[in-house]
Amino acid sequence: MRLKNKDLLGLEYLDKEEINLILETTKPFKELFTRSVKKVPPLRGKTVVLLFYEPSTRTRISFELAAKRLSADVLNISASTSSVAKGESLIDTAKTLEAMKADFVVIRHSMAGAPQILARTISASIVNAGDGTHEHPTQGLLDMFTIWEKKGKLSGLKVGIVGDILHSRVARSNIWGLNKMGAKVYVVGPATLIPSRIEQMGVKIFYDLDEIIDELDVINILRIQMERQKENLFPSLREYNEIFGITDERLKRAKEDLMVMHPGPMNRGIEISSSVAEGSRSVITEQVTNGIAVRMAVLYLLAGGDSRGVKR
Amino acid sequence: MKLVIRNGRVVDPKNKIDKKADILIENGKIVKIGESSKFRPGDVTRSTITIDATGKVVTPGLIDMHTHLREPGREDEETIASGTRAAAQGGFTSICCMPNTQPVIDSVSGVKFILTTASQEGVVNVYPVGSITKGQNGEELAEIGKMRIAGIVGVSDDGKPVMNAQIMRRALEYAKMFNLPVISHCEDLNLSMGGVINEGFTSTVLGLKGIPRQAEEIMVARDIALAELTDGKLHLAHITTRRSVELIRQAKKRIKVTCETAPHYFSLSEEDVRGYDTNTKINPPLRTKDDIKALCEGLADDTIDCIASDHAPHLDVEKDLEYNMAAFGIIGLETMLPLILTNLVSKKILNLNQAIEKLTVNPANILGLEKGSLSIGSDADLTIIDLNLKKKIGNEFTSQSKNSPFVGMELQGFPVATIVGGKIVMKDGKLV
Repeated sequence: MRLKNKDLLGLEYLDKEEINLILETTKPFKELFTRSVKKVPPLRGKTVVLLFYEPSTRTRISFELAAKRLSADVLNISASTSSVAKGESLIDTAKTLEAMKADFVVIRHSMAGAPQILARTISASIVNAGDGTHEHPTQGLLDMFTIWEKKGKLSGLKVGIVGDILHSRVARSNIWGLNKMGAKVYVVGPATLIPSRIEQMGVKIFYDLDEIIDELDVINILRIQMERQKENLFPSLREYNEIFGITDERLKRAKEDLMVMHPGPMNRGIEISSSVAEGSRSVITEQVTNGIAVRMAVLYLLAGGDSRGVKR
Repeated sequence: MKLVIRNGRVVDPKNKIDKKADILIENGKIVKIGESSKFRPGDVTRSTITIDATGKVVTPGLIDMHTHLREPGREDEETIASGTRAAAQGGFTSICCMPNTQPVIDSVSGVKFILTTASQEGVVNVYPVGSITKGQNGEELAEIGKMRIAGIVGVSDDGKPVMNAQIMRRALEYAKMFNLPVISHCEDLNLSMGGVINEGFTSTVLGLKGIPRQAEEIMVARDIALAELTDGKLHLAHITTRRSVELIRQAKKRIKVTCETAPHYFSLSEEDVRGYDTNTKINPPLRTKDDIKALCEGLADDTIDCIASDHAPHLDVEKDLEYNMAAFGIIGLETMLPLILTNLVSKKILNLNQAIEKLTVNPANILGLEKGSLSIGSDADLTIIDLNLKKKIGNEFTSQSKNSPFVGMELQGFPVATIVGGKIVMKDGKLV
């Protein structure tokens, strides 16, 4: 089995079988990491461009490592140091990359829909590494892989996503993906940070985490951005922390095996306490490791690889 | 010079005419309508130009009360010359141009510039709309009376709302003296700020900032209240939501208020924004299928008086961008009539007479123009329409700009001739 499209723009556009394929393909790539030589040849001779219009450390490094471990040549372009800073439009940048015969363009952009513009402009495979508040599909996939690996399934699990849902591309990708895999998703956060009609995506909305904390199998805690306070979306960080912050106290009523996730970077003491972040329920550092394997699987599959061809 | 239009189905809602007839035009005026067998000898001579309209519909020249011609200031997007040609191509003989140019048309000199340029370079009648406030800053009234004397037909800060209710109150009161409509762009800027698409499920899924429908509805309600207070002449521009239609329907029982919508609001919905085509980025934004239904109901029961294009030309470089960065607006003059015929008339939401009414006599009445009918002695502004002509909208436009979401769409019913003051400016779909 192979992926249907040349691009990975969002989990909205994948079906269940494709998500399964990516999760299955991730496993052997993750096993590679236990070896002394972590590199395999599938993308030898291919060029992967990392086009980052927004500052990012972990996602960019994760993609870079993934591409390098697949033996691709990697080019980093960031908005502050390139022709983008000279006012070149996204479409012109795309055409330049096309002329340079890039095979993959991994794009991070502050504006929703930027990867779609690239995908319809050039023939390279486009991988969305986060576009505005739209989607962050590889984060969604790595979150699902992390859950699936630990819990052995996704179907039937109850996953709570807590925090700023309105501005979260991670939330959207998780909702699309988890729903397709048969999990139940609850979103929890201040009413001002819950986007319009999100229940139509098939989620339930809660403003009080304590109402559902005892039911959850997974809690995915989103970063709360300091600047939202200035937009009057909530009155203060200390109030946010008191009502929505995840602490040991709040988790007392949770299931024994509740898994705590966070896409990072964390604001300790605001949306998550240090002891929860470091605690036994936390899989936050594993998410980082899994991120590389998932991105390897995505690049490998987009290059036309299939589930049987992963070289050990 | 004489012109005779033979054998067409003449549709003139103002005079309640809908019959097969010939129309005789002399010296730029309509002189006779009837069977040509009943014309007197000498009415039609060898030098009379004949247009055969067999199988076609002949209507009063269409009026678009809401266009942006971009001149002065943005002649790279559109000029009075190119915009009036686009109008003629689309079957329009009269258009109103909004004052949000650079500089804003907020004084007599601006009005004179538009009228002079239009008379020298334009091919259809151009009626300027002056701004409500100086520089459209929403703070100080522009010289509405002096602009009226110079030739404006309405006032509007279109592109922006008048946020201050006190200023809007004064404008309605003051413009009433001159019988000028105050054309209101209904948008509460605090609610709409930063938004690029209708707020709802689609905005959530696409991760684009939404503009709630209430940003429009609050201002519709406010302006209706102010019209009630002042007895002013209020016209609400580009109405898009169900609740706006309901508010206006109720208000019409008590006061004079008129409104328009644009073809894109009943032809497209927020779902068309999926794919992030920036030619779906319009202000107010495309709404939902339920709003389309409400607009159709409002059009059918005459709550919505007019259909106007809100023709808003933009360059490729202002549109080939990330959705958030792209300019708001689309061109509309050349697709408006086919969209109305395809999406309203063919679907029996409006009959042909109703549709033509909203493009002729209704805007003429709101603006106080002696246009929009085929009355004997009136200016010979006419449009000939082929209801059966099917065409795919190509990406060639007479307008200088190409920002249309309708490219590639097949529509039925196109204008085939445009006659302005007895002069043929467009024939067989081509400018003369």
